[in-house]
Amino acid sequence: MAWADHLPIVPVVLPLATGALVLLIDERRRALKGLISLVSLSVLLLAALALIRSVDAPEAYVYRLGDWPAPFGIVLVADRLSAMMVLLAAILGMAALLFSLARWHRAGPRFHVLLQFLLMGLNGAFLTGDLFNLFVFFELFLAASYGLALHASGPARVRASLHYIIVNLTASLLFLIGASLLYAVAGTLNMADLALRAAHTAPADRVLFEIGAAILAIVFLVKAGMWPLCFWLPSTYAAAPPPVAAMFAILSKVGVYAVLRVWLLLFGAGSGASAGFGAAVLVYGGLATLTFGVIGVLASQHLTHVAGFSLLVSAGTLLAAIGAGQAAVTGAALYYLVVSTLAVSALYMLIELVERSRGPGADVLAVTAEAFGDVDAEPEPAEEIGLAIPGAMALLGLSFGACALLLAGLPPLSGFVAKFALLSALLQADSVAVSAWIMLVLLTLSGLAATIAMGRSGVRIFWASHQANVPRVRLIEMAPVALLLALCIALTLQAGPAMRYLQDAANTLHTPQQYIQEVLGAR
Amino acid sequence: MNELIVALAIGVLTASGTWLLLRPRTFQVVIGLSLLSYAVNLFILAMGRLKVDAAPIVAAGVVPDPAAFTDPLPQALVLTAIVISFAMTSLLLVVLLAARGLTGTDHVDGKMDEDQADEDQADEDQADKNQADKNQADKNQADAEVP
Repeated sequence: MAWADHLPIVPVVLPLATGALVLLIDERRRALKGLISLVSLSVLLLAALALIRSVDAPEAYVYRLGDWPAPFGIVLVADRLSAMMVLLAAILGMAALLFSLARWHRAGPRFHVLLQFLLMGLNGAFLTGDLFNLFVFFELFLAASYGLALHASGPARVRASLHYIIVNLTASLLFLIGASLLYAVAGTLNMADLALRAAHTAPADRVLFEIGAAILAIVFLVKAGMWPLCFWLPSTYAAAPPPVAAMFAILSKVGVYAVLRVWLLLFGAGSGASAGFGAAVLVYGGLATLTFGVIGVLASQHLTHVAGFSLLVSAGTLLAAIGAGQAAVTGAALYYLVVSTLAVSALYMLIELVERSRGPGADVLAVTAEAFGDVDAEPEPAEEIGLAIPGAMALLGLSFGACALLLAGLPPLSGFVAKFALLSALLQADSVAVSAWIMLVLLTLSGLAATIAMGRSGVRIFWASHQANVPRVRLIEMAPVALLLALCIALTLQAGPAMRYLQDAANTLHTPQQYIQEVLGAR
Repeated sequence: MNELIVALAIGVLTASGTWLLLRPRTFQVVIGLSLLSYAVNLFILAMGRLKVDAAPIVAAGVVPDPAAFTDPLPQALVLTAIVISFAMTSLLLVVLLAARGLTGTDHVDGKMDEDQADEDQADEDQADKNQADKNQADKNQADAEVP
């Protein structure tokens, strides 16, 4: 075997080894820990890029652990979708790490270790082709995320994390019930094998099979944040430290990924009598989430909650788009997934930078000031006319504007491309479903809501700010935000190739026969 | 008969676990989660079909007869599930203690609700009363000892 054949295992083993190594280093030598983390993440980024290059081919990349053939042994499967998610996780991990190096990694012990283990669990969950292994990797990244959510401690974080942990532990138990029900009916846990047997389930067992899948779906939808299972998400993410919250932006996409993978494999077009099982739940649940997210964005009195509810908006959009069950829509949804994850992640970090210069309660004022009448009636000092905006403020303002454009889906940035592609794919079908029209309205409204919410905070922060103190921002904190936004701009400029790749990924998801053959075919 | 016993066990554990999970105090939630995880572990075993007096091991050199041994996979799954739920429960206990220390209450929301406040007040009153009774008793005893 050439060394390149081991590529799919690298995103799992590398963070594991790095995490273990960093754990051994004394807690006071933070610079060394940061350096090792940085080197490891750079290698991970390169590996993810190499993986993307090698999987952009008709067949998936199957890695057999211990060289056992597929239905009996555990396999890692790298196809276009999982390679893209691994790259996304690596990019966000890099951004979070850079941001934390300025000061957040000093706020509590073992930040770097937990970050590496989080990445390992995420990558494993994206790459695995086995349902029980998916559970194990879910638990791994959840355990790391519990630690990270509690990083820097404090009553607010502990209280929010308590809910987060209890909700996720309960969901994990449901995961086990669902997976074992599927095993009881089909006698296998390998996803490709399950898909093969799903089509040939005896009619008497079909109900049990669907119940198992539905219980699994609850777990994935709790992670993805579908209404009404999402009450914990905005408050937990708002309480988490900013670099961690930026990383959590992809955590909620794991649920969406799992729905995409498992639902399209088990209940895709070619799976016999239960094809399309639960599509209505995905579509209308997604639309309900979208509505809830829009209301939440408008009602939020704090910017971190705006970011949290924006995550719900994107989750709702994605779930409704996946539920439509058309390859073209799924391709556009994948593009939207990438863009919205990058944008929300950048926003979480940006909020922390902006908030530094503001007093407590400034956000509440941004929402309610007008309701109390003109509280800022005192005349402005004359010499402020024509005052130059300080460089840091200008940079922050530009980034904030870019985030707002991305979240609202306004041209010229990639948020617009994503929403446009999604809607045009939805409305191009021969008979446009009612849900597609509802989605058109809700997506437009969500853009409006994001514009209003971001606009009123942005005006208060950057234009009508009475405090002259400019936040002290270090380059290493600004760089990750700029990196993520630059990626979004690059995705706008290179929308063609990106769309081509993602459309191919969606097509292979919707025609899983090749995936099944690749995984099960003994080599 | 075996099926009935296992089904009843799973049912009782799940019902008690669910009820405790919905309680407002964190300790009850932890116990509820533990009971639920017992129920889930039994459930996984049951999903591999119940079989008594059969080993999950195939003898070497003979063609295995599926009817003669029990399914080994659920046992491996249960083992993993036990380890994971044990680790997660201990982690939750640490967070629970931290929350108790930081907020001064063991309510899941970190707030003391009316009922609980009343209950605590009642407990305190009872404790005061006991103390008073004890003092009185000591005093009586001391009085009795005085010749």
